[in-house]
Amino acid sequence: MIRVVLPAHLRTLARVSGEVELQAGPPLTLAALLDGLETRYPVLRGTIRDSLTKKRRPMVRFFACQEDWSHAAPDALLPEAISNGSEAFLVVGAIAGG
Amino acid sequence: MSGVRILVGTRKGAFILTSDAKRERWNVDGPHFGGWEIYHLKGSPVDPDRLYASQSSAWFGQQIQRSNDGGKTWEAVGKDFVYDGVTGTHQWYDGTPHPWEFKRVWHIEPSLTDPDLVYAGVEDAALFRSSDGGQSWQELPGLRGHGSGSSWMPGAGGMCLHTILLDPRNAQRMYVAISAAGAFRSDDAGKSWRPINRGLHSQYIPNPTAEVGHCVHRLAMHRTRPEVLFMQKHWDVMRSDDAGDSWHEVSGNLPTDFGFVIDVHAHEPETIYVVPIKSDSEHFPPDGKLRVYRSKRGGNEWEALTNGLPQSDCYVNVLRDAMAVDTLDPCGVYFGTTGGQVYVSANAGDNWSAAVRDLPPVLSVEVQTLS
Repeated sequence: MIRVVLPAHLRTLARVSGEVELQAGPPLTLAALLDGLETRYPVLRGTIRDSLTKKRRPMVRFFACQEDWSHAAPDALLPEAISNGSEAFLVVGAIAGG
Repeated sequence: MSGVRILVGTRKGAFILTSDAKRERWNVDGPHFGGWEIYHLKGSPVDPDRLYASQSSAWFGQQIQRSNDGGKTWEAVGKDFVYDGVTGTHQWYDGTPHPWEFKRVWHIEPSLTDPDLVYAGVEDAALFRSSDGGQSWQELPGLRGHGSGSSWMPGAGGMCLHTILLDPRNAQRMYVAISAAGAFRSDDAGKSWRPINRGLHSQYIPNPTAEVGHCVHRLAMHRTRPEVLFMQKHWDVMRSDDAGDSWHEVSGNLPTDFGFVIDVHAHEPETIYVVPIKSDSEHFPPDGKLRVYRSKRGGNEWEALTNGLPQSDCYVNVLRDAMAVDTLDPCGVYFGTTGGQVYVSANAGDNWSAAVRDLPPVLSVEVQTLS
């Protein structure tokens, strides 16, 4: 089971608390994880990446295994630790403003 | 027993204030959607428990929320605002063409007759319509496409469609206002549009009397006399007696004619309210005194309403969608400030008190009179 940590605003929107778990892949690419997340929680469509272009929203960041995946290609394979659930994939709202 | 529900949109969530008809003691419910910007929320005139809210975030984009129980519970509905056809360009701040880009919904206007029919004014300026309770949205492209759209330019706050007025006597007629393009009217239910800015004079554009380019901050009308319109412009308070075909200034003895809000008494079509703000560069009340000004003659002759409002060291702003009236007798008048206060007058402006004082900056105030 893949584990994803959402920022507080999106947890509120999706009406979840703590980590969310979902099925995606294999292969577990960045796009496959986000597709799986949006399938499980349709209200998140458009909040992390643009609904039409699938481009990451500018003030959203992706972290996996202590590395920044924000600029990774959609078809990039995520680390095995993410696909086997031993590490959580982090969706982070960029630090900005009050 | 009748009562009042105030719908307050703020920088960090929505709040719902309720009171009985005395309008003295207020219950504050919220924040709903804590941490999100709520530019506007408004109820259906034909089903007061049907509410719509514009929820947005610079991080996570736009959501539209709908309630069928007066704001107790909410459901996310359609949020895809896709411009019709070829998107085209408008002018950017430096005068270059800039593609239309959706940023947020500024204003939601439910139909006067159908709770599932609702309009949304968005930034970059366009008008959208939903006939399925907000599940899906379609642009009314005649507004951007009427001819002047490519010359529109954003103001400092963005190029937003912030005012939508529906004519209660003529279902074919509606008005919108855009910063900084001006006012527009449709006489065929939004299919086609034309600018209605004759008589406006704006020193901040190259041709002060141009057909478009005016920074209209707000329009208001009385439901029994929809051909009479009132306008708070960037500078100047204006009036039209011919459905916007021509305008004349009614700023009269106001201490400053800059401001954002304007509204009309529920039972007296010639009684109007504004909150003068010092200037376009100093968005706070003159002399640190928060004063609502009331004209009982449709403009020109204004009186300051100060009882209960801070008369020293007050430097808040009152944004364009942050004033409303109820339909009780005497008429209630309401406004919210960037300091987080929501002020209430249960006697048409003679006396004021704060329904709540320490909310996040208030973006919008709407009032529902409940039976």
